[in-house]
Amino acid sequence: MTWSATARGAHQPDNTAFTQQRLPAWQPLLSASIALPLFFCAGLAFIGLGLGLYYSSNGIKELEYDYTGDSGTGNCSVCAAADQGRAPPPPCSCAWNFSLPELFQGPVYLYYELTNFYQNNRRYGVSRDDEQLSGLPSALRHPVNECAPYQLSAAGLPIAPCGAIANSLFNDSFSLWHQRLPGGLYVEVPLDRSGIAWWTDYHVKFRNPPLVNGSLALAFQGTAPPPNWRRPVYELSPDPNNTGFINQDFVVWMRTAALPTFRKLYARIRQGNYSAGLPRGAYRVNITYNYPVRAFGGHKLLIFSSISWMGGKNPFLGIAYLVVGSLCILTGFVMLIVYIRYQDQDDDDEE
Amino acid sequence: MFRRSLNRFCAGEEKRVGTRTVFVGNHSVSGTEAYVAQRFCDNRIVSSKYTLWNFLPKNLFEQFRRIANFYFLIIFLVQVTVDTPTSPVTSGLPLFFVITVTAIKQGYEDWLRHRADNEVNKSTVYIIENAKRVRKESEKIKVGDVVEVQADETFPCDLILLSSCTTDGTCYVTTASLDGESNCKIHYAVRDTIALCTAESIDTLRAAIECEQPQPDLYKFVGRINIYSNSLEAVARSLGPENLLLKGATLKNTEKIYGVAVYTGMETKMALNYQGKSQKRSAVEKSINAFLIVYLFILLTKAAVCTTLKYVWQSTPYNDEPWYNQKTQKERETLKVLKMFTDFLSFMVLFNFIIPVSMYVTVEMQKFLGSFFISWDKDFYDEEINEGALVNTSDLNEELGQVDYVFTDKTGTLTENSMEFIECCIDGHKYKGVTQEVDGLSQTDGPLTYFDKADKNREELFLRALCLCHTVEIKTNDAVDGATESAELTYISSSPDEIALVKGAKKYGFTFLGNRNGHMRVENQRKEIEEYELLHTLNFDAVRRRMSVIVKTQEGDILLFCKGADSAVFPRVQNHEIELTKVHVERNAMDGYRTLCVAFKEIAPDDYERINRQLIEAKMALQDREEKMEKVFDDIETNMNLIGATAVEDKLQDQAAETIEALHAAGLKVWVLTGDKMETAKSTCYACRLFQTNTELLELTTKTIEESERKEDRLHELLIEYRKKLLHEFPKSTRSLKKAWTEHQEYGLIIDGSTLSLILNSSQDSSSNNYKSIFLQICMKCTAVLCCRMAPLQKAQNLCFILPQFLYQFFCGFSQQPLYDAAYLTMYNICFTSLPILAYSLLEQHINIDTLTSDPRLYMKISGNAMLQLGPFLYWTFLAAFEGTVFFFGTYFLFQTASLEENGKVYGNWTFGTIVFTVLVFTVTLKLALDTRFWTWINHFVIWGSLAFYVFFSFFWGGIIWPFLKQQRMYFVFAQMLSSVSTWLAIILLIFISLFPEILLIVLKNVRRRSARKLICSSV
Repeated sequence: MTWSATARGAHQPDNTAFTQQRLPAWQPLLSASIALPLFFCAGLAFIGLGLGLYYSSNGIKELEYDYTGDSGTGNCSVCAAADQGRAPPPPCSCAWNFSLPELFQGPVYLYYELTNFYQNNRRYGVSRDDEQLSGLPSALRHPVNECAPYQLSAAGLPIAPCGAIANSLFNDSFSLWHQRLPGGLYVEVPLDRSGIAWWTDYHVKFRNPPLVNGSLALAFQGTAPPPNWRRPVYELSPDPNNTGFINQDFVVWMRTAALPTFRKLYARIRQGNYSAGLPRGAYRVNITYNYPVRAFGGHKLLIFSSISWMGGKNPFLGIAYLVVGSLCILTGFVMLIVYIRYQDQDDDDEE
Repeated sequence: MFRRSLNRFCAGEEKRVGTRTVFVGNHSVSGTEAYVAQRFCDNRIVSSKYTLWNFLPKNLFEQFRRIANFYFLIIFLVQVTVDTPTSPVTSGLPLFFVITVTAIKQGYEDWLRHRADNEVNKSTVYIIENAKRVRKESEKIKVGDVVEVQADETFPCDLILLSSCTTDGTCYVTTASLDGESNCKIHYAVRDTIALCTAESIDTLRAAIECEQPQPDLYKFVGRINIYSNSLEAVARSLGPENLLLKGATLKNTEKIYGVAVYTGMETKMALNYQGKSQKRSAVEKSINAFLIVYLFILLTKAAVCTTLKYVWQSTPYNDEPWYNQKTQKERETLKVLKMFTDFLSFMVLFNFIIPVSMYVTVEMQKFLGSFFISWDKDFYDEEINEGALVNTSDLNEELGQVDYVFTDKTGTLTENSMEFIECCIDGHKYKGVTQEVDGLSQTDGPLTYFDKADKNREELFLRALCLCHTVEIKTNDAVDGATESAELTYISSSPDEIALVKGAKKYGFTFLGNRNGHMRVENQRKEIEEYELLHTLNFDAVRRRMSVIVKTQEGDILLFCKGADSAVFPRVQNHEIELTKVHVERNAMDGYRTLCVAFKEIAPDDYERINRQLIEAKMALQDREEKMEKVFDDIETNMNLIGATAVEDKLQDQAAETIEALHAAGLKVWVLTGDKMETAKSTCYACRLFQTNTELLELTTKTIEESERKEDRLHELLIEYRKKLLHEFPKSTRSLKKAWTEHQEYGLIIDGSTLSLILNSSQDSSSNNYKSIFLQICMKCTAVLCCRMAPLQKAQNLCFILPQFLYQFFCGFSQQPLYDAAYLTMYNICFTSLPILAYSLLEQHINIDTLTSDPRLYMKISGNAMLQLGPFLYWTFLAAFEGTVFFFGTYFLFQTASLEENGKVYGNWTFGTIVFTVLVFTVTLKLALDTRFWTWINHFVIWGSLAFYVFFSFFWGGIIWPFLKQQRMYFVFAQMLSSVSTWLAIILLIFISLFPEILLIVLKNVRRRSARKLICSSV
């Protein structure tokens, strides 16, 4: 391209640091003398952290009970046997008795766990209508197509809340009873069912549709509850701040779990005499057994757990930190040896 | 391709006609009225690729021919048509980005070409119309127009020289912009039009030019001009390349000329030679493509594995359709095969980011911007010609680091092509130094003046030959052509040798004073002026390798002087004094001088008649003129008498030897191609240290071969012998061959033309080069290293990006659930990771500039695409696989708990993905940071800026309920995630684990390097 102007316009290049590729630059060299102390420091820090994490995790108490009701595992097997059919199964109740020899240090959280339940299945995960859940009236009447086959009821009414996630809302319920003295009366332990969902979910993302004549029920008029539900959404709780789409159980459930075995927060125990934890004594959990899990080979568990600064019981982090920390120090030593040997060689050569 | 179609359009059907007829000044010639005027294309030059309206379709078409772009287009279309896990935006947006960036770049480059074209097309030219000088734009020139060109202007199209301001109708032209030869060439006008040197007179010319159709060979032109004077009897004159002024060449030392346009616009020889911006694919791009295919294969495998496992998993009914997740009626009714197919496509879409869409754009940007660094480089700047390095195409920047062979011309490249007369021999007597005896001064310039003297007549004959046998012209600084103003003479010639010879003759007292009215004037030793009528010049050509002139002395004798290469002259001389001269010639050649032999012969008047006729006949021929001329020349230049030989030194270029040594040390193989005598070339090779004293020379020349009767057998023998030697010496693996080069015995190969034509397939090397390039290599070196590293790195980035996605399928029932949010998928390649790698590739200097400049051996490390070999590729791939596994399972184990927060709340799948993604972005960026050894503020800005941008973007993306999104998956996920101490600790830990191998490797390397350096120091 000899006739191009670019060919002609060649002048003396600018003499700047940038154009001459001589920008001032920091040229760090990760030499052994820097790296070795770094390795040791990091190793020590990691081991320290690991120990902290490990002991924190060990300090956390967990008490879990599988109430799926496999035959011969307690009294829930009766209910389990009844649930062989399809959803929704008949209501059934059973109980779990346990006793605490000592104080179960609080605050205590009650979780339920499901296994082999694929909340992270793609088809399942998209089967929801966030616009409907944010209380948009138009979306309430016209759920998105992703909700199918839980989009419209058999009668052709829009389902609210639509979709597979909402339809499969976990509907077992639990109540905890405490027998302070042997042979004494069981007293119900208050379970705090509020504050179990993310603050932003409860306050922003999930909203009820605008009330009609001050009534939530009227607002939902013309919609059908999901087929598996026994009650319409506006009757999930008598508390007006915890019913409809902003029912906390519902909100918690709608945050789909990452893995097929997952726990969800059911309640916090922090009121009255139980704010410090569960005192020693006998306990009974009354379980309303509704949720069929044996149909897909799953289990359901009930877990009492205390919580520390690092969350629930999780030995992984502590162990991982310990291992990596030790590895750091080990490599540090190996490198030190290599380094010293090289240096010796150099010295020998000098002699 | 475009040009070709344009040509077709321009030339129309005439393409098939062998010749074209041009009417000078577009005046029809009465006798040829029946002629239908041919249509020629206008003088517009089009080097640009696109026009405003075809830019979009054409550019898109070209971009989608690139594998990766096409692949992403397919993915995009799949996403649009099939129900896939990610929205079409995730691949559409990056693709759009890539296409846009590339289109902008190409558009910009094309705009530059448009601008350049316009500058040429709109430039002012003067055309003679109706005896008036008319000002026009260059593109308006039509074939047949008479154009006036002034000194130092470039010719606007291919012109036939009609007349010039000089009386003899010659002009000087430099073709530096065409073939790089900057010396002045002389072009001639036809004798009959020389006088027409005003606008009025040139308008009266009635002539038609018949010439061949345009062809790209710059040095070939055959035509005939028919001049119709008043008598209407046409006078025909032949036209050759010496009459043709090429577009792009520049008029020098001549005030103005008139010429008639014969080829215009895209039909000019220059345009025909213009290759367009051909799509050259560099080796790097080729290997990127190869690796791309590997990754494509991995992708397909992954998709196939997932699809298979999905159906295996789904064979359990409650997995396929549990009660909580029932299918729609439509889904149930879909054909299973179809479902499997769409599942396969869905998996492909999900994993498609394994092929980084932005890689090409990063590579392209790097090259584009990198080319600026080359042209900016002060070290490339040559003050003499006031020009820096010029990047014609940025496509091949990194190839400069992969050069294996350097081919170099000897004259003008290794040497300066400025000749100096050293010595001569006359009849076997050596003449050296300057003799000024004649002037009565006994001063001598060197220790030697004469060894012994040849016969005075022979001496004078020889010097006359030097003065006459050439094509040198004289430019007089003084307008007055004073006979004695020899001091003011400036010689101009197409060949510096001739000038050297003429100047050499001057030293011995014979001064060439120039041509006047076809007479050559020579001042002899006695200060007398001799005049010779120049009858014919038998021009030099590369085949004959000699030239001759035929002159007539004042006494009426007709003499032929011939000079040429010894091999071209010796067989044509009759006397037996060859031997003496031969010794001289060979010794001179050994010293590295260019030698020429001079011969003469007397031609009897009768013979001359015949010769004259033959020559004119041959010159007029339209067909096969070359061959005919050659034959005539061959007939004439026989039976000559050898007078002597000359030796001219061609000085080596500044720093040529150093450069060659550097190239040598860099493991490059240098081939020197030269037309000189073998001995001359050899000694030049020694002089520029191409051959060292310990270099063993392998010679394949007529000398070594012709000893035996059966050439081919002997050649075969030699070849086998040499091969054995080389194989024995060099270890077999090609890698160590380069290293071995410096340590073992070195070999140089000399091969001459006739032998080469015997084999043509065998090769070894001899070495050498081109001066200034010490610096050249270095800059390229940097560029190359960087480029090479980038590609695997980026692919690795994408592998560890996609691997967690793949692993996640095992935990979500192979349901194609994406791990990352769509925004992250989209932004990963465009925003979060692209800038640091671009900055790295542009600015990184692994090794200090000065170190690179001083140690060419470093070149060996990167040539042969070392950085893009399988080894590093596998290393990066495995490292990426390790990292991907760490990311995923680290997070997986982290999630084996009820809660990660101290308030017991539970995280969902999007938090899981965000943790993985955060670790990923930080790891990838920090890894690059670890690799960066040259931290300019730009690197700092880009690396820390990218990370900050990621955090900022995540907050922003999760902070708002976006009305256009169907699902608010990411709402406050990032912020909530950061409120957990465990997550922080896990992220830090996982980043550290992923970087650990890299850190370890770097530290180990540094320890080794340090100790190695110490060893060297202590041993010294």
